[in-house]
Amino acid sequence: MNATANAATSSAPAYIAGERVLVRQVDSPGHIRTPHYIRGKTGTIERFVGFFKNPEELAYGRSGQPVRALYRVRFVQSQVWPDYAGAAGDTLDIDLYEHWLRPEASR
Amino acid sequence: MQGYHDLGGAAAGPVPKEEHELQLWEKRVEALLVMLTRRKILRVDENRRGLESLGGEVYHSLNYAERRILAISNNLILKGVISVEALAAKMAEIGERKDPLP
Repeated sequence: MNATANAATSSAPAYIAGERVLVRQVDSPGHIRTPHYIRGKTGTIERFVGFFKNPEELAYGRSGQPVRALYRVRFVQSQVWPDYAGAAGDTLDIDLYEHWLRPEASR
Repeated sequence: MQGYHDLGGAAAGPVPKEEHELQLWEKRVEALLVMLTRRKILRVDENRRGLESLGGEVYHSLNYAERRILAISNNLILKGVISVEALAAKMAEIGERKDPLP
């Protein structure tokens, strides 16, 4: 996948670094790259990664268009796992597509 | 609905850290997948979907390379690259060899 080439055909990303986002709590059939354990959790946009063909479409042999914005989203481990035993400041980064994110305020 | 392949956070006990040597056929499965994706016959996303369509019982009863070659086979049949008949004939032929592998 070529993120730069894809970017030319897509609009600007909806989120910027530092914004708080909520991962959609959706139980969906199909090929989903968003881990189940992170759905419904809130994190912070760490960076915009690029525009990529949609793997949920590619998985079924389709074009993957329109491309989707991909972000690296940072979560606090203790907020993801109720019984987390590691250091309080531990974080977890996950690459998530824009259509799986909502502004935190929409909760 | 949590997919049987989506295991993040599941109670799985300690991670086994001992190295294990891959068999030649297992390396060939990976080489085959690389060849198929580079030639744009199969996308890695399609193969992931194939793995997620095996059913939990089959998926968890097979090792990594076994489930991958099964997903590749199903996808190539689905896409018309190979036929069930041709695959079955070849598997039968190999099965009759004195030394099937390598």
